[in-house]
Amino acid sequence: MLVKRDVKALQNIYLIEVLKGLAITMKHMLFSKAVTIQYPEERRNYSDRYRGMHYIKATNGVENCTACMLCPTVCPAECIHIVAGERPDKEKYPVKFEIDILRCCFCGMCEEACPKDAIKLSKIYEMSTSKRVVYDKDYLLEQRGHK
Amino acid sequence: MNAELDTFDLIAMGLKIAVVVVMLLQVVPIMVWVERRGSALLQNRLGPNRIGPLGLFQSLVDAVKMMTKEDRATGHVNPFYYRLAPLVSLLPAFLTFAAIPFASHITMGDKTVQFQIADLNVGLLYILSVTSLSVYGIIMGSWASNNKYSMLGGLRSTAQMISYELSMGLAIIGIVMIFGSIQMGDIATAQGATLIQLGPIAIPKWGVFLQPLGFIIFLICTYAETNRLPFDLPEGESEIVAGYHLEYYSMMFGMFMMAEYINMTVASAFVTTLYFGGWQLLPGMTFLLTHSGLEGMNFEWARVALEAISFVLKVAFFMWLFVWVRWTIPRFRYDQVMHLGWKVLLPLSLLNILITGFLIYLKVL
Repeated sequence: MLVKRDVKALQNIYLIEVLKGLAITMKHMLFSKAVTIQYPEERRNYSDRYRGMHYIKATNGVENCTACMLCPTVCPAECIHIVAGERPDKEKYPVKFEIDILRCCFCGMCEEACPKDAIKLSKIYEMSTSKRVVYDKDYLLEQRGHK
Repeated sequence: MNAELDTFDLIAMGLKIAVVVVMLLQVVPIMVWVERRGSALLQNRLGPNRIGPLGLFQSLVDAVKMMTKEDRATGHVNPFYYRLAPLVSLLPAFLTFAAIPFASHITMGDKTVQFQIADLNVGLLYILSVTSLSVYGIIMGSWASNNKYSMLGGLRSTAQMISYELSMGLAIIGIVMIFGSIQMGDIATAQGATLIQLGPIAIPKWGVFLQPLGFIIFLICTYAETNRLPFDLPEGESEIVAGYHLEYYSMMFGMFMMAEYINMTVASAFVTTLYFGGWQLLPGMTFLLTHSGLEGMNFEWARVALEAISFVLKVAFFMWLFVWVRWTIPRFRYDQVMHLGWKVLLPLSLLNILITGFLIYLKVL
């Protein structure tokens, strides 16, 4: 379908519009700064609420998690797998805590559901890897965040 | 040109050819760099800046990449024409520069050396005919690729080149009428005369001042002839993938790319010679020459050097214009290209001839 446009006679000559366009690009070249950054050296500053790679918060080297199963229950992607166990002092703890990161959709619901402030999402977004796709407990216990 | 060539002439000729060929080859990596960095700056990006100072060696690395890539034709192509096509498109690009003067002449003893590989008495026709050969490389490549997108690119290229060659030739007629010669050296020399003297400023008799309409038509046509945006329909990345060089890779693709950039250089040199005085000194350079005590017969080298610099600067400006326009204006639709070529530029170039003839009849030009 042909759309009727309101074109002025001078615009039909097109040459003046071309010159205007050239002036605009030259203005950008001379007077505006690049919006891109030198990535590995420079980084964007993301918000503290950014939802990146998971970690389990630990206090005095012991994970906060009590294997209450709230996070696997709330997880919409069903990527958290916990096997609960019991410590000698009768406290419940996760024997196995695995996150299948390829299924994770980074919604952050596990973080919100956790009553013990144990599972957290850090600001790390460089997660590409050639091997580890299921994060185990040892890997998750590395303290990555500062929240 | 005299028929007998002695050793001096042969050496001079060899040197000129070597300089021109090497310069044309060097233009390619530099222009690729200018294109990439320039486009980045025009679009508020940074562009390749890691390898070498300002990213200058990026093109070298790319060249190494292209040359070391595996060179094999896919099964469905016609191998002979497939391999011939890049050569056919590259060769005319080099040939054209033979008739373009890049400085005036220098006297060495009793010999005069022209800074032009061949001052053919049919220079203009030679350039026009050799440039129109470059379409064969594109058609051959697209047909031999045996791919429908390539074929579409080739067809578009044919239609576009033929339509715009007409207006291009007719636009040049105006220049031929004014300067009364189709010898490139004569045209460049004739543009040294003064057109109007405005106090201390002398407006030279450059083609652009005598033929403003012809210049605009010619410039638009060169963009179509070199398949650069806004006329890059044969490539048309977003419509027909990569058009005629879709099936090419490694250095065969590199040769198509070299041909494009060398064609750009030749087109810029052609525009410069016809409309911007060729090697005629840029404004201010005559002043520089007279006030530095470097004039007269003994300092011909200074004049020649400045002429060469003027020529290079003018050509560089048009090359930059190619890049600048490419990253400003989007591609035309096919019917718009045909409309512009046949219904706008062709009548305008005919009108240009009419006006020029009338003005010559009235002895204004």
